[in-house]
Amino acid sequence: MAESILDVNNISLAFGGVKALTDVSFSVEKGSVFSIIGPNGAGKTSMLNCVSGRYQPQEGAITFDGKIVTNLRPNDRANLGMGRTFQNLALFGHMSVLDNIMVGRHHLLKNNWVTGPLYWLSGAQKEELAHRRHVEEIIDFLEISHIRKSTAGTLSYGLRKRVELARAMALKPKMILLDEPMAGMNLEEKEDMARYILDLNEEFGITVVMIEHDMGVVMDISHQVMVLDFGKKLISGDPEMVMADPHVKRAYLGEEVDESEAVGA
Amino acid sequence: MSTTSMRPCGDFRTSYQQDNTIFETKFIWLLAVASVGLLCLAPLFLDEYFLSLAIQVSYLGIAALGLNILVGFTGQISLGHGAFFGFGAFASAWINTQFGIPVFFAIPLAGFLTMAVGMMFGLPAARIKGLYLAIATLAAQFIIEDFFARAEWFSGGSAGAMADSVNIFGYLFDTDQSFYYIAIFALVTMYLWGSNLMRTRDGRAFVAVRDHYLSAEIMGINLTKYRLLSFGVSAFYAGIGGALYGHYLGYVSAEGFTIMMSIQFLAMCIIGGLGSVKGTLMGVIFMVMLPESLESVVGLMKETSWGNIPAVVDGIAYLKEMAIGLVIILFLIFEPEGLAHRWAQIKNYWKFYPFSY
Repeated sequence: MAESILDVNNISLAFGGVKALTDVSFSVEKGSVFSIIGPNGAGKTSMLNCVSGRYQPQEGAITFDGKIVTNLRPNDRANLGMGRTFQNLALFGHMSVLDNIMVGRHHLLKNNWVTGPLYWLSGAQKEELAHRRHVEEIIDFLEISHIRKSTAGTLSYGLRKRVELARAMALKPKMILLDEPMAGMNLEEKEDMARYILDLNEEFGITVVMIEHDMGVVMDISHQVMVLDFGKKLISGDPEMVMADPHVKRAYLGEEVDESEAVGA
Repeated sequence: MSTTSMRPCGDFRTSYQQDNTIFETKFIWLLAVASVGLLCLAPLFLDEYFLSLAIQVSYLGIAALGLNILVGFTGQISLGHGAFFGFGAFASAWINTQFGIPVFFAIPLAGFLTMAVGMMFGLPAARIKGLYLAIATLAAQFIIEDFFARAEWFSGGSAGAMADSVNIFGYLFDTDQSFYYIAIFALVTMYLWGSNLMRTRDGRAFVAVRDHYLSAEIMGINLTKYRLLSFGVSAFYAGIGGALYGHYLGYVSAEGFTIMMSIQFLAMCIIGGLGSVKGTLMGVIFMVMLPESLESVVGLMKETSWGNIPAVVDGIAYLKEMAIGLVIILFLIFEPEGLAHRWAQIKNYWKFYPFSY
């Protein structure tokens, strides 16, 4: 088995009496596309929040790239190379697209509140411009060069999703967490997004962990799929194997099983 | 921070450096340099009254920019800015008299000392937001004010503290004409500092914390650090402004730095435009000039036959106070985004004339 970049061991998360996650374990291979699927409220986003540090699981451990990160704050995890996008858009609405993406470079930049303002004297200018070059590469890659100066809050939904992806990519992540990257998009935008995800996986070598409801996309681009239901892991493995599993059909994919049973009866 | 770019045709940017300037075009840059040059010549043809107003705009402007960094850029709130301003004034006088450090160095040192105090009182910001934070910073206002009255070793207590004039190589900046240059130098430096801060790493982090703190944290920004730092930078500016104020007047008394002053700083930021460096300066100029111009209007009215009746003369004094309040309310209703936004709109109008769209 290939080297794993993320190991989640026996995670349990509860909000008071509500058990969001119960004893979930999985591991993600370096350089793969890993999808988490499941019905609404199954705990997919909670799982992602545990990995990215938004939530602290009550039990279990998370190992990222050889380090135990269970108790690290989200910003420390970002510094280790973990990028993420959100289900509901979370751009910095009043900043330009360019600045939004430059924020992603935060942990790679060195200048601070003294050396930054001494722009011309401290080398901050040189540093900023060097990072601008990297940001422009990402902008080119995601084809958003025409909007780089627009205010992020004024963009259309599809573009915002793309800017969010760009911002997460600017972190230079080893692994990127995508929470429903294709929600609310039309077919064309979905195809674009799927292509970007594959490209960033293959060209940049970034491991992708994503939550997605569009089964077509999930089956086409993932190497591994995990199914959650009521906070429990149902199964994980190859997309085909997961699709064929009767439990998954009942919990998530639904109809076919019910229909065949109905016909059989 | 970002507006649709309004570059004239043919002005192409061929390097990232050209695309990342403070002043949008060469012409605006020239205009800015020329106006600074013109300001330096101002003492030759302006009388002391206008120079003192300009000095007032400078030290208040520096302090108000600090508050705007906190409120406008980082999205926190502080009702203790007036106290930090006062702390800077006392600290600079104290550093100068107690340790014999020349005033020119005492001013930035006072800035750093105020920064430390500001970060201490900013600690609640790590946990609380909005109205709750406002009340917490209100506590800072009263604690520091009380400290001024009691800490005689620091502030001279109710007697106040004497502050020497700025002295550079034996030249004493003790007149309005000479201090004016110190004030302008400080103003330009601190505003350049602010503008540069906003286009580099930490400035972006501030705005990120304001716009969406959850995703700022996911982007690797340490929220606690940046909320505190914002309080620190804000107090630093207040300290510098206060120190200039002290050394300008030559005497610092504990009475002036009340909650009224803190609110006035907030009003300057709101009228100028939250989250705009140049807007802050516009707001300060507006707030300084408003009472002055109303005063002259009142003066004119007293000249007229109908304005000279005692009842009217008494009433006008009240009217002036009310008019200031009224103007602020009107601003909040009709231009909530501040003078900076209005300025941008006027500029757009002329640029696109006669096509307003």
